[in-house]
Amino acid sequence: MDGLSKDNERRRERLDRGIKVRSDGIYVLLSWKEISYLLVPRAVLVITLLVVPAFLPPIWQRVVCLAGIYALLAMAFDFLLSFVGLVCLGGALWIGIGGYIAGILASEFGLPPAVTLPIATFGGAAISTLLFLPCLPLRGIYFAIATFIYPLLFSHIIETLHIAGGTFGLSGLPTFPNTWIAMYLMVILLFVIFFGLRRMVNEDIGLVFQGIRDNDQAIRASGLNITFWKTAAVFVASAIGCFAGAYLCALYGWAGISFFAFDFSILPIAAAVMGGLGTFTGALLGSLVLVPLTELLRAFGSLRMVLYAAILAVFVVTRPEGIMPYLTRKYHQFERWVEV
Amino acid sequence: MSEQIQPILSVKDLTKSFGGIIAVHDVSFDLYNGDVLGIMGPNGSGKTTLINCITGFLKPDSGNIIFKGEDITGMPPHRIVNMGIGRTFQIMRPYYNLPAYKNLIAPLFSPRAKKFAGSGKLGDRDAVALDILEDVGFERDAYVPYKLAGTLPLGYLKRLELGRCLALRADVMLCDEVFSGLSAAEIASMLPLIERLTMEGATLIMIEHRLKELFRVAGKVVVLHFGRKIFDGNPTEALEDEGVKEAYFGKEREVTL
Repeated sequence: MDGLSKDNERRRERLDRGIKVRSDGIYVLLSWKEISYLLVPRAVLVITLLVVPAFLPPIWQRVVCLAGIYALLAMAFDFLLSFVGLVCLGGALWIGIGGYIAGILASEFGLPPAVTLPIATFGGAAISTLLFLPCLPLRGIYFAIATFIYPLLFSHIIETLHIAGGTFGLSGLPTFPNTWIAMYLMVILLFVIFFGLRRMVNEDIGLVFQGIRDNDQAIRASGLNITFWKTAAVFVASAIGCFAGAYLCALYGWAGISFFAFDFSILPIAAAVMGGLGTFTGALLGSLVLVPLTELLRAFGSLRMVLYAAILAVFVVTRPEGIMPYLTRKYHQFERWVEV
Repeated sequence: MSEQIQPILSVKDLTKSFGGIIAVHDVSFDLYNGDVLGIMGPNGSGKTTLINCITGFLKPDSGNIIFKGEDITGMPPHRIVNMGIGRTFQIMRPYYNLPAYKNLIAPLFSPRAKKFAGSGKLGDRDAVALDILEDVGFERDAYVPYKLAGTLPLGYLKRLELGRCLALRADVMLCDEVFSGLSAAEIASMLPLIERLTMEGATLIMIEHRLKELFRVAGKVVVLHFGRKIFDGNPTEALEDEGVKEAYFGKEREVTL
């Protein structure tokens, strides 16, 4: 826009690859080449997640479990932000509520994870949704503020009233029988939730959610109750988040105030942004990169937060779209320079 | 209309004020099945506020709105829509990130549309949406229905708004300025669409500034001025009425005709 046109000004042109066009729609069944063009990226993800953890040393298998927890939170965050238009910083609340429900059930009644996980998932989701309900008819930042404040509220209630173990937390709770079961439970649930969410947002109900994001007045004029559908979306996300909390409790056999720590709100957001918003794959990949990276950098002590922040800053500045949209573009399109 | 037929929609002494400004002041009118009612008036005369009160987007301060014998005053918008009052927005409200035909999935997902459709499986609603878009003038064989709503020109977005009312099978459609902002060519293609709806027996309330087009379809007009109803009756008489002339053109001190 400098007003002067140079003679050899060039511009990058992006074009869809032939195979991308051929594999849109029913024509994908034309040949194995087209079918594999679609299947290979998905198969790589599924097979990697199924096979690689089996060959990891036990300490890294626990990191996979932890990465899975953050991946669940990141996907729930991505779903609410990109498909319903709600900015939710409630990761810490979900982990806390899910974790404490599972913890209290385990400590008071001695229930095993097989029982506490489903109860904490749906009970926790119901409680979180009820807590968020007053801000759901509102638009804008109010929902984000409320989701950010609740974890603080709960951790201080537990601390000052000395309920549910107070500052010491609940310890010595029943855990998963072994790391293998814990790890593969997480991996399989990641698949179910990942593919389930991807499917849901493209169904008719997903279009209603996207309608709420784009234009809630038009949704009202379409005869749909926006508060009801927002509540439904928040319940789905809360169930995912509360499962992650209950899982964390069953993984460590412990539940404490640190479950309400802001890490659970912030790190999933960083992972989702790094991976690419609105893709779910990005949230998944972002967590699977960031969490092990955090573990690797643990050797650096508190300096690792500096490195970690630097990596994030570089990412946000140089690749704001995220890893996944970048990779998708490279896979579907080729680029060339053309003279303007 | 004869006296014993009940009006499908009747508005009684509706008042709505914003702070000190009374946007709608004691407005009453009746609408009968199959009628086309035009609402006209200068800018800021309360036309859109009236529509917003009828459709539940605003709560009126006083007065009643009776639809099919039921008082719908102050009901939430989605319930009113499901009873059969559809509306279009003056400033179009499409879902910009969705393809045009996917814009109609939300209304087709509403309880009212589901009641008409029976069971809708995946894909069914897409087909219905394409049919409706063809009805409102999207060329089916062209690429237009599949384009993102954000890339469509104004005329198509206005049609999309009408498509939403059709998808809801609204008994009464409230059209807020469907002709405003359109080019002459777009109006020329939009008008037959409205005319066809009226031929098919649709009940319409049309807010309109384009009087020429309005009078071709409206059987009755209500004229608002500073929130008050100043005229209610035949379109041709409306232009002769002194009060209406005054509202639109101001008062002449000395008549020099």
